[in-house]
Amino acid sequence: MRNLILALFATLFLGLPQLVAAQTAPAQTAAEILVQNRDLVEKPSRQTIGPVIAALASSGDPQAAVILSAWADKGLAVRKSDGAFFLISAAPDGFALRTLDGSEAGTAPKSDITELKPNSGVRGLIATALVRFQLSDPDPAAREAALTSIARDPTADHLDPLRAAIDDEPDAALKAQKQRLERLLTLRFDPDSAARIAAINSFSGDLGLDLRAALNPLLVTTRNVAELSTTLPADAMPLRVGRDLTEAEAYDLLVAANLAPARLTRADLKVALLANITDGTVAGTPLAALNTPAARDAAYNALEAAGTVPAAATDAEVTAAVAAHQVYETYAEPDAAVAAAAVAALKSIETKLGLMQAADLGLDALSLASIYFLAAIGLAITFGVMRVINMAHGEFIMLGAYTGYVVQLWITNYTLSIIVALPLAFAVTFVAGVAMERLVIRHLYKRPLETLLATFGISIALQQLAKTIFGTQARPLTSPAWLDGALTFNDVVSISYIRIAIFVLALLFLLFFLWLMNRTRLGLEVRAVTQNPSMAASMGINPDRINMLTFGLGSGIAGIAGVAIGLFAKVTSELGNDYIVQSFMTVVVGGVGNIWGTLAGALLIGGLQKGIEWLNPSNTLAAQTYMILFIILFIQFRPRGIIALKGRAAGD
Amino acid sequence: MTRTFLAKSPSVLIFLLILALFTLGVTLLSEAYGVAFLSTSFIKTLGKTLCLCLAALAMDLIWGYAGILSLGHMAFFAIGGYMVGMWLMYARTEEIVVAALSNETLPATAEEIRNGIAGQIFGVVGASELPPIWIFAHSLPLQLMLVVVLPGLIALVFGWLAFRSRVTGVYLSILTQAMTLALALYLFQNDSGLRGNNGLSGLQNLPGLADVSQDNLSVWFFWASALALGLGYLLVAWIVSGKFGSVIRAIRDDEARVRFLGYSVEGYKLFVFTLTVIIAAIAGALYYPQAGIINPAELAPIASIYLAVWVAIGGRGRLYGAVIGAALVSLLSSWFTGGRAPSINLGIYTINWVDWWLVLLGISFVLVTLFAPKGIGGLFDLAQGLRRPDRKGAPLGPDDGALMEKEARE
Amino acid sequence: MSALLEVSGVSVSFDGFRAINNLSFSIGPAELRAIIGPNGAGKTTFMDIVTGKTKPDAGKVLWGETSVSLLSMSEAQIARTGVGRKFQRPTVFEDQSVTENLIMALKANRSPWAVLGWRAKAADLDRVRALAEEVGLADALPRKAGELSHGQKQWLEIGMLLAQEPRLLLVDEPAAGMTLAEREHTTRLLVDLAKTRAVVVVEHDMEFVRRLNCRVTVLHEGSVLAEGSLDHVTANPEVIDVYLGRG
Repeated sequence: MRNLILALFATLFLGLPQLVAAQTAPAQTAAEILVQNRDLVEKPSRQTIGPVIAALASSGDPQAAVILSAWADKGLAVRKSDGAFFLISAAPDGFALRTLDGSEAGTAPKSDITELKPNSGVRGLIATALVRFQLSDPDPAAREAALTSIARDPTADHLDPLRAAIDDEPDAALKAQKQRLERLLTLRFDPDSAARIAAINSFSGDLGLDLRAALNPLLVTTRNVAELSTTLPADAMPLRVGRDLTEAEAYDLLVAANLAPARLTRADLKVALLANITDGTVAGTPLAALNTPAARDAAYNALEAAGTVPAAATDAEVTAAVAAHQVYETYAEPDAAVAAAAVAALKSIETKLGLMQAADLGLDALSLASIYFLAAIGLAITFGVMRVINMAHGEFIMLGAYTGYVVQLWITNYTLSIIVALPLAFAVTFVAGVAMERLVIRHLYKRPLETLLATFGISIALQQLAKTIFGTQARPLTSPAWLDGALTFNDVVSISYIRIAIFVLALLFLLFFLWLMNRTRLGLEVRAVTQNPSMAASMGINPDRINMLTFGLGSGIAGIAGVAIGLFAKVTSELGNDYIVQSFMTVVVGGVGNIWGTLAGALLIGGLQKGIEWLNPSNTLAAQTYMILFIILFIQFRPRGIIALKGRAAGD
Repeated sequence: MTRTFLAKSPSVLIFLLILALFTLGVTLLSEAYGVAFLSTSFIKTLGKTLCLCLAALAMDLIWGYAGILSLGHMAFFAIGGYMVGMWLMYARTEEIVVAALSNETLPATAEEIRNGIAGQIFGVVGASELPPIWIFAHSLPLQLMLVVVLPGLIALVFGWLAFRSRVTGVYLSILTQAMTLALALYLFQNDSGLRGNNGLSGLQNLPGLADVSQDNLSVWFFWASALALGLGYLLVAWIVSGKFGSVIRAIRDDEARVRFLGYSVEGYKLFVFTLTVIIAAIAGALYYPQAGIINPAELAPIASIYLAVWVAIGGRGRLYGAVIGAALVSLLSSWFTGGRAPSINLGIYTINWVDWWLVLLGISFVLVTLFAPKGIGGLFDLAQGLRRPDRKGAPLGPDDGALMEKEARE
Repeated sequence: MSALLEVSGVSVSFDGFRAINNLSFSIGPAELRAIIGPNGAGKTTFMDIVTGKTKPDAGKVLWGETSVSLLSMSEAQIARTGVGRKFQRPTVFEDQSVTENLIMALKANRSPWAVLGWRAKAADLDRVRALAEEVGLADALPRKAGELSHGQKQWLEIGMLLAQEPRLLLVDEPAAGMTLAEREHTTRLLVDLAKTRAVVVVEHDMEFVRRLNCRVTVLHEGSVLAEGSLDHVTANPEVIDVYLGRG
């Protein structure tokens, strides 16, 4: 299909006289070349057709591109009656014909036409030849497509057409792209090593994936072995057995190079013994005695001595064989200077890449930290300010997420539904929190351990209720389309918009909390009740009311956090479980009773988890294990958290 | 001395008597040794329940007496199970592998047997070698020793770190919960060496006892569990009856004051923590051969919280309370979640207990905490209160400012 | 006379507030000493430092004939070394009987293993009875400590302190909440005890201090303002200014 379009554009190309005029007059038309090489064209093979295609491509005839692309696309045919070449296309009764210069030539029945069907090798050659035309195609989209296809599968043949197509490129962006691709091809395929090194150096500081893809094949290493006496090739890098590779690996190389006999595996040994059983014995040893490796080795050695089985390498022989050889590596790139330049370039890329990855990791950690902060800030209020352990905090998060889900059932506009869901989730969990405080926690203020257990009872009841109502499968909470996608800085550093939104939300909550506690009457009263409830009561503050409001506030924030978390995590009845321990850790590690401490705790835990995951990317479970161990150790050194209240105020 | 101890604590004798009668009764009703009234699976359930009671006893000692709400004891229960399970699975697989290899022409080498076992056990997580932690798995005595030593060591290290830094109260609870989560997450990994989330299975088959039916085995394990519970009860009752019990209750009520009396509070806490962890691990080692399977989900923090729930419902600070709570709630729980409890048809909605049992448990738990902090054990106080006046006839404080009777009890 | 307890140059501050400022203090092995001072003078913090509850920022606290430092010891170790403390508010274990409270305090090996195997012998019970007799609680032995009156709890705590057989007693406001007769009993007891061991009494009540008839140390803003007999210090104009003058 694309070739057809190309053919169409190539036809248009004809109508651009200024370009035609710019070219030297064709020495031969494409049609003439075809006719001249009729035999080769009708029965093409990869070995012989090259010059014909080259001649066509360099003929300068604008029609050549049309012919070539038709040929590759099985659109070139010979009329049996007169042997003339035609461009064909399917018609109701056979084929519609066009002559090689593009004019209509009626139709012909199928029986009168021999389609030319070049094999894939020939089609590849034709495609390469077509590149030149595609790169100069008047349609920028076609030129870009050609560049992309070259970049995907570059070969040395592309270099010349690409270079030829640079100067005439009118589009600046495409021109830059062509130049970059030209340099990438140069560094791999140019015959002149100075040019290649220059091309490599010209990329200094570039981090592109394409550059790494171009450099890496040059530096693929192969391991070789040679006898000690041989002089190694100039570009060989010697390896030391025991440090760079194991003896077993070295011996495998020897075996592969036919320099040593294969090692006898236990399984082979067994097969050999089984094959040589005579009268219930192997080489004189009764079968029943062959139940230790030593006995089997002895039996095999006996067979070996008798010449029944081939000699096999013993461990000592393996060691000796390895010691008698040297192992070295060579780069796939034979030119040492180019290889050195590539190594240097890759190294500088890796350094930069490391920095970028660190930046990306930092962004990841920051976004995880804001999630933990969001999940923990409600706890920081109920636990940190009121010293009430709320094990149902996770379930309030879950409640918020399900509120969001239910809202989306009614309001299908995702943007609007989120706007509705946030305050609604706050309201739902606020009410739930106040109810819990009034009915349960109020009676247990002096018994913290029992608060823990009672709220745990509420937690399992809520969790089971959610499971009964919503089922066990995950429910979707879809984010608005404008939150899809990611903010991409380069090939390495990027962050999804949803995570940015959560970060912003966390920041807003921090500001809200600071404003609430330090600038409002309610905050003042909360602080007063926290520090000295009876004194606060005698000043006319109703501690009951304050406790109720504080608890409702903490729970309400958990609900909002639930909507935010639900946007990127699965909403299930166990959603809260996944965050409760981390939330408590955040508050405890940060230092109880201080919002900055919670922030520091979230940053520490988020950063730590990402850091450990980075060290051991395959295993996030292990990362969590190690993180918790770290926290247990951390509490050894700062039992009161990162930001601790000191002195008498801390109490005991 | 033991005689005076038993004479002073009649409740211990009563408990042991009831336990013995119960064991006898169950034996007589079993399929293997009696009238086959109770099914084998129900006897296993009862045996498992006794193990849970033993774990609850440990929980009561650490929480009810020493005041440390540990949310990690079921993790050690499970580790005890893993330690026994490793031997069970290894020895059983060894039997199978040896049997399979005995048909071959060449007699198998020790290495081939080992590789066969490793392949059988670890094929499921894509490994073919026995991880290093299985080095003792071939030996029952060593592995039984690990039941005590491994949880004990973990508890010692964790407890030393936690108590040394004077983490107390809810902080300590959260820390133990975090530890439990860490252990569970670790075991969930495939390369933990314990078959990841597949866990260990086939533990109900005892190696070398292939001819003994599960009917008999279940009763044997029931006896072992009852014996362990009886011994555990004696031990814990003896510990709390003396000066040691006095000191740990004092630590629960005012640990700073105990320090000024010259007792190293951290040492006592560590002692109690490690001891109870070991008791829990032994209980687990008896539990999982009856359950037949163990996997990392058994270590989930929630299991340890349930243990606390049982003890709270039964009544903490009294040993029989813990046993009653564990037995009652775990049996009820398996009755309700097993789908055997009849559904209640309310006309517009049918209450299906499989779905609603946890809700009921959660709510009743809140109610117990609020209205009956002494749990079911408190009922015994009521009965006693009816029989005789409080405090051996002595009046409550004669002077002004003395505590009221009600206050003193709290 | 070599001192039993020697505190020198000790300072401690909480969040910038200097509770104890370069305080030096020493007491002999058989001496009664009263410490007076206005609220916030650092009396309680001083006791906290000696008993190991608070670690000072600077200074030395040396103990006994061999002058070991108390700063590196835990509270429990210090208590076992022979420092007993009576708190301002009576703190006894209300859930346990008077006997159990006293048995816990009896001088004995405090390690968990030793305590685990410990069972009361006749001598121990006799000692408990004698102590109870001395503090007037002989009839209350089986009762729960929580049922006792405030004054009785004070006495129980003093009894527990005696059971510990400490070489240094730190007593915080012993007379608070006591009847006149009880005060006299307390005075006699403290004076009696000071014949064989060191006793430090922190007290607000001047009348009580006068009855103790001992050396007095006046604390002010975390350091020693004056030291000497009660008459000597009450004559000191600075003392009158910061403390007595306000009364």
